[in-house]
Amino acid sequence: MRRLLNVKPQGGLRLLLGLIPILALLLVYLTASSARHAENPTDRILPTPAAMASAVRIMAFEADPRTGEIPLAADTTASLKRLFIGIGLAVATTLILGLTIGLLPLMRAGLGPVVAAISVIPPIAILPILFITFGLGETAKIALIFIGIVPVMVRDLASHVGAIPEEQLVKAQTLGASTWLITLRVALPQALPRLIESLRLSLCPAWVYLISAEAIAADVGLGYRIFLVRRYLAMDIILPYVVWISLLAVLMDFALASLSRATFSWAHPARGR
Amino acid sequence: MAVLSFHDVWVEYGDKIVLEKVTLDVAEGAFVSIVGPSGAGKSTFLRLTTGQEAPSRGRVRLDGAPLSPEPGPDRGVVFQRYSVFPHMNALENVAFGLECKRAPILGKLFGAARRQAREEAAAMLAHVGLGDNLDVYPRELSGGMQQRLAIAQALILRPRILLLDEPFGALDPGVRLDMHVLITDLWREHGLTILMVTHDIKEAFKLGTRVLAFDKRRRDPQAPHRYGATAVYDFPLDEKKSRAVPAELKNIVAN
Repeated sequence: MRRLLNVKPQGGLRLLLGLIPILALLLVYLTASSARHAENPTDRILPTPAAMASAVRIMAFEADPRTGEIPLAADTTASLKRLFIGIGLAVATTLILGLTIGLLPLMRAGLGPVVAAISVIPPIAILPILFITFGLGETAKIALIFIGIVPVMVRDLASHVGAIPEEQLVKAQTLGASTWLITLRVALPQALPRLIESLRLSLCPAWVYLISAEAIAADVGLGYRIFLVRRYLAMDIILPYVVWISLLAVLMDFALASLSRATFSWAHPARGR
Repeated sequence: MAVLSFHDVWVEYGDKIVLEKVTLDVAEGAFVSIVGPSGAGKSTFLRLTTGQEAPSRGRVRLDGAPLSPEPGPDRGVVFQRYSVFPHMNALENVAFGLECKRAPILGKLFGAARRQAREEAAAMLAHVGLGDNLDVYPRELSGGMQQRLAIAQALILRPRILLLDEPFGALDPGVRLDMHVLITDLWREHGLTILMVTHDIKEAFKLGTRVLAFDKRRRDPQAPHRYGATAVYDFPLDEKKSRAVPAELKNIVAN
């Protein structure tokens, strides 16, 4: 008899094992939903698949008579725009600060403490400050995403760059590389795969801050919508929206992972368990 | 003629003295092995030469000029590990030195200049026996091949001296013998001046034309940190002399 930790599922079995918990969750939901509807046919807390399908049809395929726009499309466009601008600014800032703090003792001495101090502030706590400073428009929401994820990413990248062995840096100097060339040719290429990895981990907080900001002050957006229809206990809209948000998040994560594997093959040793 | 000369060099950290009164010259074309017990300042001595460390007293001169206190292209270096760049393939690792020299802003060469650099790098790789592994990343190379790559990388800019910090310490005995042949051949062909720190005293006597043994000359039991180490033995070797390890040296290294 082989030890349990040596039994490795292959092919179809592996797929099946992954599907079982998902199917089980669906089954639990459907059972609970039909039980509630047997007792009260107008139940709104656990809507039936049919009710959710009709809500999706209204939200995703029919224009809102008031605005003339399809709600799901408008919400998705608005949210993704905020998310991508926030993430884009965060990545650019992280790259510059992470590389310089990690590589230059002068920058580490100067900026290390302030980045460490900012990173312990709960970002939601400064949301009022952002609303007061930037108004209720797009800027405050983008700023919240930015402030929410930048300190952690900067610290992660700086410590990764700081951990490049001294031997490599001395070697580069004996090959005539200046500080600039070491940054460009030695530190930057080794920082990029780590930056992608840390962005993947920061996607979840970025969504949290986006939805929080939209819940509090917005007139369009995925977070705005689910908090709006909450007032009517419209679980038939909230649940498909949550599934849609999860799907978008999974796609982004998958795209980043593929990008890293395709671009930085040296950083992804072929191994598996 | 002395390539490298140390005159009354001290290295102190606060009141801890690591090296004291080191005065010696390294002749052009010498292969100097440096041995000694752990903590006897071998590595500090090498770090003085790479420029990672500056003497607190005394002078280090390279070709008669004061040594700049940071690493530079006049000194090539190979460490026991981490000497090569994991994100560059073998050819890029070796061409990097040429690119730094010829493209100080972009760090990349283009067109004919790029082809030229790649040819030079490929020739150097073929020279150290890696001619068939040009586009392989260091991770996919064995330990011995990684050290061959590190040596090729260090030699591409034709440094005045080559510094080796326990370069073969992590290799299997068989691979180590191959590397001894390689480094001896390169030393002869290129007329290199080599400083090599090693733990292996047999290796030191086999490869070197001169062996320096570092140790403390005096010990104070109450304050051991107040006496530093220095080159206590200095053995010139030549082809005819016996390369057996002298008995007195076996003792200090065993300490």
